[in-house]
Amino acid sequence: MKILIVAETDGGRVSEKTLPAIAFAQQQSPNNFAILAIGENLQCIETLTGYGAQAVLTVSHPALTKPLAERYAPVIAHHAHQLGADAIVATTTTFSRDVLARTAGLLDAPMLSDIIALESANGKLVAKRPIYSANLIGTFEVEGSPVVMTVRGPAWGKPTPTSAESPVQSAEAPPDIPQRAEWLGLQGGSGGRPDLTQARVVVSGGRPLKDPETFEKYIGGLADALGGAVGATRAAVDSGIAPNELQVGQTGKTVAPELYIAVAVSGSVQHLAGMKDSKVIVAINTDPEAPIFQVADYGLVADLYQVLPELTELVKNSRA
Amino acid sequence: MKILVSVKRVPDPYAKITPSATGADINRDGLQMAVNPFDEIALEEAIRLKEAGKASEVVAVSIGGAESQEQLRTALAMGADRAILVQTDALLDAPSVAKILAAVYQREQPQLVLMGKQAIDMDENQVGQMLAAQLHLPQATFASKITLENGSAIVERETDNGIETIKTPLPAVITADLRLNEPRYVALTGIVRARSKPLETLTPADLGVQVQTRMRLVKVEAPPARKAGKRVSDVHELVRLLREEARVI
Ligand SMILES: Cc1cc2nc3c(=O)[nH]c(=O)nc-3n(C[C@H](O)[C@H](O)[C@H](O)COP(=O)(O)OP(=O)(O)OC[C@H]3O[C@@H](n4cnc5c(N)ncnc54)[C@H](O)[C@@H]3O)c2cc1C
Ligand SMILES: Nc1ncnc2c1ncn2[C@@H]1O[C@H](COP(=O)(O)O)[C@@H](O)[C@H]1O
Repeated sequence: MKILIVAETDGGRVSEKTLPAIAFAQQQSPNNFAILAIGENLQCIETLTGYGAQAVLTVSHPALTKPLAERYAPVIAHHAHQLGADAIVATTTTFSRDVLARTAGLLDAPMLSDIIALESANGKLVAKRPIYSANLIGTFEVEGSPVVMTVRGPAWGKPTPTSAESPVQSAEAPPDIPQRAEWLGLQGGSGGRPDLTQARVVVSGGRPLKDPETFEKYIGGLADALGGAVGATRAAVDSGIAPNELQVGQTGKTVAPELYIAVAVSGSVQHLAGMKDSKVIVAINTDPEAPIFQVADYGLVADLYQVLPELTELVKNSRA
Repeated sequence: MKILVSVKRVPDPYAKITPSATGADINRDGLQMAVNPFDEIALEEAIRLKEAGKASEVVAVSIGGAESQEQLRTALAMGADRAILVQTDALLDAPSVAKILAAVYQREQPQLVLMGKQAIDMDENQVGQMLAAQLHLPQATFASKITLENGSAIVERETDNGIETIKTPLPAVITADLRLNEPRYVALTGIVRARSKPLETLTPADLGVQVQTRMRLVKVEAPPARKAGKRVSDVHELVRLLREEARVI
């Protein structure tokens, strides 16, 4: 199977979010994968070169400074075709959902979203992926080539470094990239904390955190003491307590850190869909019946306002 | 301006979903069905655009068995002007659904296609992007705000990095995220009025589409359950266990 990995780029730099897709390729087809990175004057290309890819192709063009699907998809389709790729793969993110599904449309290729396992049997690919808000796992059979796939980051982990460096080759953009949609701006950012999907520790807060200041003080404070990232429920985001990009869950991000601390989070199926693969889950909630306790390794029935300051202090002291 | 909105019949988002006895599908006995929540949001947006005088007609389309009429009636009750059911009992993959929607688009020639970003049964998040690619239309996925002006849409998109703003000329395909709006409750008068609104039934063949499904669901299983955990009595015990037992801090 020849795999073409599409690196996540924001036009300016290559993102580490690409790494699980590389880990996938190492497992599925260690000697036969290439990586495509799109954007003008890309930085951090070395993020991609240490894992045994046959080549890292870079496509640079003034129309490609921002990741607009309408512009990126034809570039990917073009190179997938040139390479004769059997699989076009990226880590599941909003970037890849947007761009790769459009690529699949251009290639008339079937697509597997967010897969957690893959094998081939009788000339067919057999993939597992979460369905029904990750309440169930579905096994899918797919025929044809190429197949487009996004792979669920936490299921594939980090790639193994190799001694040889992959060659970086600049590649052409196809002519006539459509340029109807234009990029106007982006608001957001992790404010110096680790990226939510990459962090070793995530502290998430729910609706009872009242307002942005309270949320930042309690949830941000504990996250900083642990060197972790901050997450939130949809209810917290919808009430304006936490910014949108912190949402964890079915319609937010999927995380699987070593430690996930859920503070005043009820544990709806939609929230669990995004975090139940975390290694260790801690729940702090006033309601002993809250569903979050069903997935928590350690549960503390308590009022967050009473226990969080002390917990934050203890963590600071134990790490000092 | 005409808006086409796609509507999928899916299990109620709050229903408990379990594997069937054979493990080849889910247990559908007595399962409550609903309009896909993201499609409800797309519909709400279309209806608001009509109410604001920015659109003249809202057409809802669903692909599926005869029972999908129920969801189209809901769409009509919410405020869609007419509905189209492309009736088929075939199991369709996303490229096939996109092909059928593309054929409906060609027939209807709307200026805007609004759809959910994802159907909450298979959680694929593909059809809108595939449809836009097939029709060579620009796309704006995961919309949390849409402003129409002078033949263009300015769309705020929910991305992993924050809210991105893009501008696209129309026609375009826009997919709705949860925060775009709060769908209205369907009023009784709407339900009554919906009965007299047109609901047309077509087949894929009527639209000249031959569907070929390359992907199929063969097995459904519960994910591995997490072991029940411990209750701790206070933060001191918690920190000690996280350090000594779990070794994560
Ligand atoms: C289609 C769809 C998609 C969705 N996607 C997502 C998603 O991606 N992510 C997501 O999170 N949600 C999602 N939701 C929403 C989800 O169903 C829940 O509404 C939401 O997760 C609840 O958030 P919450 O736990 O903050 O709030 P609540 O349900 O209000 O729970 C608050 C919890 O805090 C506890 N509490 C109250 N006061 C205190 C205190 N002082 N100290 C400690 N504990 C306290 C309460 O006992 C309760 O358990 C989605 C819903 C739908 C329909
Ligand atoms: N059978 C269908 N009938 C109508 N619309 C559909 C159907 N399947 C998918 N869609 C639309 O495509 C969107 C994305 O679905 P999906 O790519 O399957 O997650 C949904 O929100 C629907 O608007």
